[in-house]
Amino acid sequence: MRVIVNGEPREISSASIDALLGELDYEGTHFAIALNFDVLPKARWAATALKSGDEIEIITPRQGG
Amino acid sequence: MLNFYGKTFSSRLLIGSALYPSPAIMQAAIRASGAGIVTVSLRREAAGGKTGDAFWSLIRELDVTVLPNTAGCRSVREAVTTAKLARELFGTSWIKLEVIADNDTLQPDVVGLVEAAATLIKDGFEVFPYCTEDLSVAMRLVEAGCKVVMPWAAPIGSARGIINRDALKLLRDRLPDITLVVDAGIGAPSHAAHALELGYDAVLLNTAIAKAADPVAMANAFRLGVEAGRTAYEAGLMEARDFASPSTPVIGTPFWHAVS
Repeated sequence: MRVIVNGEPREISSASIDALLGELDYEGTHFAIALNFDVLPKARWAATALKSGDEIEIITPRQGG
Repeated sequence: MLNFYGKTFSSRLLIGSALYPSPAIMQAAIRASGAGIVTVSLRREAAGGKTGDAFWSLIRELDVTVLPNTAGCRSVREAVTTAKLARELFGTSWIKLEVIADNDTLQPDVVGLVEAAATLIKDGFEVFPYCTEDLSVAMRLVEAGCKVVMPWAAPIGSARGIINRDALKLLRDRLPDITLVVDAGIGAPSHAAHALELGYDAVLLNTAIAKAADPVAMANAFRLGVEAGRTAYEAGLMEARDFASPSTPVIGTPFWHAVS
């Protein structure tokens, strides 16, 4: 299905956030996820089903002022 | 002691973690500054990346309190969602709230800022709003529940120091119970000292240290500047005068004659 990951359209086969991180080869451990502008707590990554058109933001800590 | 939402800190300097020449220099500069609070941000992670993990482990080695920001957010919706992501990612209800109105000046959108602050405070956040020196805006932020207000000295990264001294002084006088931090526009330790001399509780800066020729030495200079400014404020500064007043006694001046 077609979703948007970090602003980029992507064709994915994963059905959950957990699976999507694996499919896209995310190797880090410190992420926060927003699904359609709502924060998705880590405890719900495995159970939340993705659907076509979802907008997913995958966020990590970075330098800031 | 400096108090932010019930947490106390001995250093009155808050430091940013961006723009340093290397991760090692970032760590050394933060240590040299003596700051107990370090600002961080959140950004998209590229597929396959673990940039966030590498950075986060550097910060955790420092034994500091982390203050995440919403830098780059241009709407209330973006800022509120970013704050919630920060809470999830960093495990803190603290947020340095930035809602930006203008690309060239990075002027805060003060209308959006007040709205976002109110929304976040209702959701349990402890908000550090980056704002202008306007008293009415600061009062609205306090009404919304902010215990900390952070007016700019000058635009972010401009190094111009305190442009509107009288307005910042007015904020201090009118909000005696609020923790006030000068955030942004500080270029030199003397600027930081000036803010503390005005009675500001702390300063927050990044670029002036990170972009110095020697960031570690500059971090130390800012530590001293902040300490000097605070000590001077506590010692009680004299009022400025319009005319000269001799410091050396006049009586007994050699060769002195009364004007006839």
